[in-house]
Amino acid sequence: MEKVEKEPLWSAKNKKLLTNPLGQDNPITVQVLGICSALAVTVKMQPAIVMAISVMVVLAVSNVVIAALRKMIPGRIRIIVQLVVIATMVILVDQFLKAFAFDVSKQLSVFVGLIITNCIIMGRLEAFAMANKPWPAFLDGLGNAWGYGLILVIVSFFREFLGSGTIMGFPVMEKLGVYNFGYEDNGMMILPPMALITVGLIIWVQRSRNKSLVETK
Amino acid sequence: MNFLLKQMKNIEPLFKKGGRFEKLHSVYDGFATFLFVPDKVTSRGAHIRDYMDMKRTMIIVVLALMPALLFGCYNIGLQHTRAFGINDWTLMHMFWFGFLKLLPMIIVSYLVGLGIEFVAAQIRGHEINEGYLVTGMLIPLIMPIDVPLWMVAVSVAFAVIIGKEIFGGTGMNVLNPALTARAFLFFSYPGWMTGDAIWIEGLVKGGGLDGFSGATPLAVAKLEGMANMPSAMEMFIGTIPGSVGETSVVAILIGAFILLVTGVGSWRIMLSMTLGALGMGLLLNATGGNEYTQIPAYYHLIMGGFAFGTVFMATDPVTAAQTNTGKYIYGALTGILVVIIRVFNPAYPEGTMLAILLMNVMAPLIDHYVVNANIRRRLKRVTTA
Repeated sequence: MEKVEKEPLWSAKNKKLLTNPLGQDNPITVQVLGICSALAVTVKMQPAIVMAISVMVVLAVSNVVIAALRKMIPGRIRIIVQLVVIATMVILVDQFLKAFAFDVSKQLSVFVGLIITNCIIMGRLEAFAMANKPWPAFLDGLGNAWGYGLILVIVSFFREFLGSGTIMGFPVMEKLGVYNFGYEDNGMMILPPMALITVGLIIWVQRSRNKSLVETK
Repeated sequence: MNFLLKQMKNIEPLFKKGGRFEKLHSVYDGFATFLFVPDKVTSRGAHIRDYMDMKRTMIIVVLALMPALLFGCYNIGLQHTRAFGINDWTLMHMFWFGFLKLLPMIIVSYLVGLGIEFVAAQIRGHEINEGYLVTGMLIPLIMPIDVPLWMVAVSVAFAVIIGKEIFGGTGMNVLNPALTARAFLFFSYPGWMTGDAIWIEGLVKGGGLDGFSGATPLAVAKLEGMANMPSAMEMFIGTIPGSVGETSVVAILIGAFILLVTGVGSWRIMLSMTLGALGMGLLLNATGGNEYTQIPAYYHLIMGGFAFGTVFMATDPVTAAQTNTGKYIYGALTGILVVIIRVFNPAYPEGTMLAILLMNVMAPLIDHYVVNANIRRRLKRVTTA
């Protein structure tokens, strides 16, 4: 056994695991993963937030479990083992939502179950949890889920605000009285293409602020 | 004119490098070349330049749009009198009524679109591109007359920024900007883009004659059956409800003549698109299916936005296929798609817009295969010889 230096719990490297995915290593805007669910659940803010929390729970717990098991998992069947862990967590989350937040769970419908296929989760398990200890894996899971959730919340904010005139279900536009001046909600914001365009605009803004993300030919 | 030229020359140094308004050089350039033939002298490469630069090309398209625009103004007035039971308006009265209704839309379209173009040109350090001259005129012509001006502004901004500037500006866009604006409105504010009342000025607010519907011929065919459709002659001349510039096939044909004589529009696309729609219409007439398949094939050419789309939209040199063979394929498929959407999709009575946008996306693919086929053919000739 080689001797490993004991690392403090909140070392600079570990903090980076939490903060990097929020910005320059964001799973949606930089790695362009998990787009499908970002399009599907961002019509309203509430389901988007619930979705973000669900992904956070699934990703953090699966990361820890896989990191703890990483030395026991035979390389050839590792994907199946990962999937079993993810699927277990997804079913738990799904049942939990059905029991305690039935309305939201109905709105999210199939997309909670589809967390299993969310590329971010498989990606993190493969790329990080299989090669790291449980604690950094936990932080990495939280960080990536936040990065995912952050984009979900931003996108759903604009889609709900411009598409339905509400924020978290509160009728902002109506209270402002803009409908009396002939303002109308933009129906296209509710359709999936606008989610794609909104994500594209966020990527645009991010890259124009952070030139290091721009690919060079 | 000499006076104007002198004035422009006088202020020119201000906009050159180091001048006080250096940052606005593209604005100056834009106006100067708009008014006069550019006096730039070439330093190398080809020294003979065609006077038909992009600005002149665009002006010809705007010119070709004039008949449709003028008829559109008259038709706005005409439809208004019909809907509200007004009997004593003269032709000039109807024309002025329509002109004054349409003018704000044209102004908004140009102000917003050119404003964004100017800003984008400044940011990039480009010259201002002339493409918007045509787009800005097309947009009001493909809108229902009653659409609120702020919606026009929003859709123009969307079309120019998302449809054009982020791809690199004029000449780089995948989708036709004018149709992008219309599609954006269509999906964003369907209440103002579909239905029966919106095609006639003032009818949304109510007050029309009892039992007057104002539906376009396509909508009539869907809702009330084909027996109630206006006569082919009416649809050909254009005294029917519809978007401002699309109703009169006669006016559009005059525009098409101008485009074809000057060589600005592609006859290949116009011809193949017409034949495609006609062929598909005849095929559906023969096969049957639902009742709309029985609309006479030539009706498809004079109803809705087909004529306008064929002459002014599908021929857009940027978004259409570039190769000659590709143009035939592109045009024919667009025509076929128009009829398919019209006949089989009850939600969208109008298929021209969606068909052209879809084929805009496909155009590079068509070109790719046409070019590759050509390379293969010639390669074979070389290797077998």
